[in-house]
Amino acid sequence: MTSTPRLELRGISHAFFGMPVNCDISLRVEPGEVLGLVGENGAGKSTLMNIVGGVLTPDEGRMLIDGDPYAPKSTGEARARGIAHVHQELNLFSQLSVIDNVFLTAYPRRWGVFTDRRKARRDTADALAQLELPFSPSTIVEQLSPGHRQMLEIVKGTLGSPGLIILDEPTTSLTSRETHLLFALIERLTAQGTSFIYVSHILDDVKKLSDRIAVMRDSALIDVRAEADLPVRELITLMVGRPLDSLYPDRAGHTPADVQAAPALRLDDVSATGLVHRATLTVDRGEVVGIFGLMGAGRTELARVIAGLDAADSGRIEVAGTDVTRLSPRARIAAGLAFVTEDRRGEGLLMEFPVVANAALPSLARWSGGVLAPLRRRSLRARVQAVTEALRLKATDLTRSPVQALSGGNQQKVVLAKWLLTEPELLILDEPTRGVDVGAQYEVYRTALERADAGTGILVISSELPELLGIADRIVVMRLGRIVAEYPRAQFDARIILGAAFGERPDEVAAGEAASIQIQGGV
Amino acid sequence: MSRVKDLALQNVPVILLVVVFLAFAAVDPRFLSGDTITLILRQSAYVGILAVGMTLVLMTAGIDLAVGSLLYLTAVVVGQIVHTVAMPIFAVPILAVLIGAMFGAFNGFAVSVLKIIPFIVTLAMLTAFRGLGYGVSDSREVNYPDAITALGAQSVLGIPLPIAVFALVVLLAHVTVTRTPFGRQLLATGEDRQAAARAGVRVGRIQFAVYVISGALVGLASFIAVIQQFSGTVTPAAGKGIEFDAIAAAVLGGTSLFGGRGSVFPGTVVGTLLIQLVNTGLGFIRVDLYLTQMVQAGIILLAVLIDSLRTGRLEKLRRTVITSGRQDDDPPPKPAAPAQTQEAGR
Repeated sequence: MTSTPRLELRGISHAFFGMPVNCDISLRVEPGEVLGLVGENGAGKSTLMNIVGGVLTPDEGRMLIDGDPYAPKSTGEARARGIAHVHQELNLFSQLSVIDNVFLTAYPRRWGVFTDRRKARRDTADALAQLELPFSPSTIVEQLSPGHRQMLEIVKGTLGSPGLIILDEPTTSLTSRETHLLFALIERLTAQGTSFIYVSHILDDVKKLSDRIAVMRDSALIDVRAEADLPVRELITLMVGRPLDSLYPDRAGHTPADVQAAPALRLDDVSATGLVHRATLTVDRGEVVGIFGLMGAGRTELARVIAGLDAADSGRIEVAGTDVTRLSPRARIAAGLAFVTEDRRGEGLLMEFPVVANAALPSLARWSGGVLAPLRRRSLRARVQAVTEALRLKATDLTRSPVQALSGGNQQKVVLAKWLLTEPELLILDEPTRGVDVGAQYEVYRTALERADAGTGILVISSELPELLGIADRIVVMRLGRIVAEYPRAQFDARIILGAAFGERPDEVAAGEAASIQIQGGV
Repeated sequence: MSRVKDLALQNVPVILLVVVFLAFAAVDPRFLSGDTITLILRQSAYVGILAVGMTLVLMTAGIDLAVGSLLYLTAVVVGQIVHTVAMPIFAVPILAVLIGAMFGAFNGFAVSVLKIIPFIVTLAMLTAFRGLGYGVSDSREVNYPDAITALGAQSVLGIPLPIAVFALVVLLAHVTVTRTPFGRQLLATGEDRQAAARAGVRVGRIQFAVYVISGALVGLASFIAVIQQFSGTVTPAAGKGIEFDAIAAAVLGGTSLFGGRGSVFPGTVVGTLLIQLVNTGLGFIRVDLYLTQMVQAGIILLAVLIDSLRTGRLEKLRRTVITSGRQDDDPPPKPAAPAQTQEAGR
């Protein structure tokens, strides 16, 4: 193309504490183009986007916007030059209203000092309408669903018609309807000349949206090609650096465990007001049970009730034969329960602490004679090292660098390692692959399935149906806080399961809308 | 029913204020008079002004422990200046505000530029400001001229001067918090400083500004205290421990000690009135002085307890998936409902 690119990078390099994260990257984004950017966690995508978005200053290299030099020192400056950066993690203030979040630093003013609330409200309402968002501009963000919060981040990005919008994993919390609306918006904006850099692990989405796709691996830009020249299989090979035969490890299916042992989990008519309604479920030892359902179907709520984080009002919960219904989360852990939360930043990790400290937390007692007895640090470290190596965790220093410095996929491995160290009888995984790249996804599931083969019962919650179809022995569907359907592996059918999640009865599915619902993710 | 309950939970401080007032009235019906109310308002004024400044600081997830000492220091310094330099009476409060702001700027500098945590900075200043005040006054009482002290009995449009000043401060602060970009950025900074910085908020400036404002309000409060509570005489113990009343008033009014949440009006105003109501009321029904402090502490604990219960309950309500009316075992609704299902938060 002979036109001036919207954004041009020339030889961008950046290092953290001497570790290179971006090596000599040169890239162009044309006006009105969607450039897909893919790569494993830790490949350097986020760093590169932070450089473009003004969060980081590159050590070397230059950037140009529409042919003019561009060296932003802050996000504000980047914004002023027409670069909008929608981060993967949400940057919302939950106590403030939607309007406040949208206009925090760019409030329209009256008489120079006061906020022009009428104009702000109107502009916000217009922007919300663009994405058909059903909430009012004055809603306090705290009250929005995760999907709506993510949409709000995107609304913030599109405001003030920037020339280039960076979307970093924008669909992780979106429903398929919301995803469609987002894609339609991207199409409208590109038609008006707006450029996009679309970063995502959902390769189908990247393929669908992008004009060209850039692949990063090990801090370097490996290849940039037109979308049509990059079939998914090749894309994965480029990303991982080796051909990956399947996205999920083989699940041969479990052989029913000896009947002597109590099941890993038994729920008998468990209810918790407003959260879970009359759930009955058994997870055998060595069995992998998937829970599928829409956003807000009560899956995480059920997991929290099992883990003892929310109280059950009635019914009975047994973990590995122990009645834990009235026990504290701590006692349930002792009974053999492990819960890998969906919110690894908020609930799963101490972000300032290194890998070893995080991983050892629930099993500290094993490495010491008592609460005040000194820790056997060497054997603890050796054990953590063994587990993290098995997970192929990439970290510079297990005992010193904070987990904050790790990529999303590696952080998830730390959370998993932490619970594997407790050698659980029941392992609950809540959205274990959210924002995690294909390579790490594989490792997470391979490890979980190995645990299952060793006799642990696994309960996996996921919004990615193909994932559950790949690894589960049985899928349970939840809707409105109750278990509405259950399918053994032999009866796995994506359309029927989706239909059940949407509240259709099996006979309606064939003719129903389920067929038109796009399955997100997977290959 | 649960709506009424929620509404009640949302307005704990106001309800508590009314209940405590009625309780005192029940013990002694004479309590129920316009004079008592005016007295409470009058005595609330200076602590209230401090509490407003404290509220702004708490909103940014900071704290200002030095307000009591700074109140004393400002009162002493202004008192000395008034004795040595002739000036019109209206210039005295302005001088107090400027001196307060100047020392506040010192706190602000330490917090925003030197990046020392607010608790430590202001804890150090708690001692330093009082020490400085002792130095300036030679640890002696400082007396203000009668002409200034007499202002305490003045009224503006029929409203006693201290109450009028308090009301004006509340109005300005309320408008600043709710109607200016600064106010919104203040709350954002308190909720998540890093996220605010990423969003382009100049976090350092906000923090600096908030300590300057707090200092300025301490200056103003020192003037009001001189003409009201102190009756023109500043003793070396003046303002000691008053920072705790200011913090308690803000927290009672629903301002979070962890930042990002709170309100000047009704929040802090109600908190201030509640504390003063208890003080005045217990005096009125002649409760033992030692017992008074225990009751005060009890009220604060109670309010904070109710507040944490409320937060817990509201939290749980937000995570509700099953909407009421669907508790029975009828078949799940038709697919037309997904939009609503997805809206239900987690």
